[in-house]
Amino acid sequence: MSPKLTIAVASGKGGTGKTTVSASLSCAAADAGYKVAYLDCDVEEPNGHLFLKPEIDCRHLVGIPVPVVDQKKCVACGACGQICQYSAIVCINKNILTFDKMCHGCGGCALVCPAGAITEKSRSIGSIEGGSAGRISFYHGNLFVGEAFSPPLIRAVRSTGCNGLNIVDAPPGTSCPVISAIKGADYVLLVTEPTPFGINDLDIAAGMVKELGIPHAVVVNRHDPDNTLARDFCRDRGIKILAEIPDDRRIAEAYSRGALPYSAVPGYRELFKELLISAVKEAKW
Amino acid sequence: MVKEITVISGKGGTGKTSLVASLVSLAEKTAVADCDVDAADLHLVLNPRVEQVNDFSGGKSSAIMPDKCTGCGKCHELCRFGAVVKNTDQKTVFTIDPIACEGCGVCSYFCPEKAIEFKQAVNGQWFISSTRYGPMVHAKLGIAQENSGKLVSLVRSQVKIIAEEKGLPYIIVDGPPGIGCPVIASITGTDCALIVTEPTLSGQHDLERVVELINFFKIPAYLCINKFDINPEVSDIIEEKALAAGVKVVGRVHYDRNVTGAQVKKLPVVEMPNTPAAADVRTMWSNLLQEITAATKVS
Repeated sequence: MSPKLTIAVASGKGGTGKTTVSASLSCAAADAGYKVAYLDCDVEEPNGHLFLKPEIDCRHLVGIPVPVVDQKKCVACGACGQICQYSAIVCINKNILTFDKMCHGCGGCALVCPAGAITEKSRSIGSIEGGSAGRISFYHGNLFVGEAFSPPLIRAVRSTGCNGLNIVDAPPGTSCPVISAIKGADYVLLVTEPTPFGINDLDIAAGMVKELGIPHAVVVNRHDPDNTLARDFCRDRGIKILAEIPDDRRIAEAYSRGALPYSAVPGYRELFKELLISAVKEAKW
Repeated sequence: MVKEITVISGKGGTGKTSLVASLVSLAEKTAVADCDVDAADLHLVLNPRVEQVNDFSGGKSSAIMPDKCTGCGKCHELCRFGAVVKNTDQKTVFTIDPIACEGCGVCSYFCPEKAIEFKQAVNGQWFISSTRYGPMVHAKLGIAQENSGKLVSLVRSQVKIIAEEKGLPYIIVDGPPGIGCPVIASITGTDCALIVTEPTLSGQHDLERVVELINFFKIPAYLCINKFDINPEVSDIIEEKALAAGVKVVGRVHYDRNVTGAQVKKLPVVEMPNTPAAADVRTMWSNLLQEITAATKVS
């Protein structure tokens, strides 16, 4: 058995309950005696700390390499502007202009410069904070407001964690930030709600995890026994449903004040314990 | 002059799309755009008839030609995105993982054998459609594709052309959640942002970040507190904090199960008779129009 397992909690649609599920699972894992880390990869809007209330004991900046041009060495050949696919470096009237926020940090300009006029420096796009919430190791990324490009920060959060069970709280959607958060995970839980929007976005998210080749299952949130949208969808697609969290006003109220159903609403501890057991089993850990 | 109203939220799932559908119904004459391109839902309510389908290319991507590759590993050494994968099978030594590829072209440029193609990629599609309310521009990003910001900018520029041609007074834009690339692309240069939040600790936290973003880009913004009665105290705190940051509350919408009911019936909630949420949204729309008109006169 590998000592490490990474379970990512994702969803196409926002607000379906990713943070509720991932934070509750982390608590259930800690109570079950696992070595566990919670990694908040929703770096645009991190919320896990509101529920887990960690004590933060370390913080560091995350940057991407951007070019610095030595105008004295520059021969104004324009090769840097030609290789750059992001309009982050351009040569106008023999002057080189750089636009750091457009830069993806590929390093092409520095490599191609025949005069050795381009070096690189790190430009901070956000920070990572780490600490502990009881027996849970806690990490989250915080993208600086105004920054557009989150994947390098998300990858940096993913590189933290513990040599045990790692639970990743992914951002919503299905594009590059989500992919950075779930790539390389052993298992993905897709959280959905049984509404037309929820199912439409689940369809897209399921396509994404399939494309990435990661084994996955669904958690239905705000489940209503009379509504079979999610069950029908999952049956048609052959995707397992590992838990159904009832549409319970007490959960919404607890959530509004920053409390988890796991600890704040009677009866839910068992649900998340069972979800943890089935997820770990399904992930063949 | 056409006015563009962009609906955003920071936190996902606060009700942007349901609200946009209602605003489109109330506006009578408007164009609409769905800029939540990686999880678009607005079409489920507005039921657009697609009139034009276009491919979207957000950039280039690399591919190794196995017959020319000598397996020297230069590409693997230079790629900073982990997109050049070393294979264990003997057929091809290296391949490019299209999902990890950022399209920088460094591998192709420096390949000594010129064995890496660097070609325009198709990353999705965008559509010009008609709805019973007016023209709609929307898009679908391909599975696991990137460059959603570019697609958002494209959708916005197209809807603007159509709205101007038809002389429509408004463009209503359904934005994505978050504060990153597609959100920045959705709000840059818009006339105003309507932020939808919910009275939860998460909603409040995310709102603070999205307000910081709109102030960073100096965009006039208004706030709608959805499901305000779930936690009236947090709603009051949110209203106070928003006002201090220069964002006026134009509406408070009751928690109302009819909103989901409307979604199931593929109707904007304002078209469901006698629903509390519908009355609240109507009030909000008239408040918003008053604010926009007043702001236009001042400027």
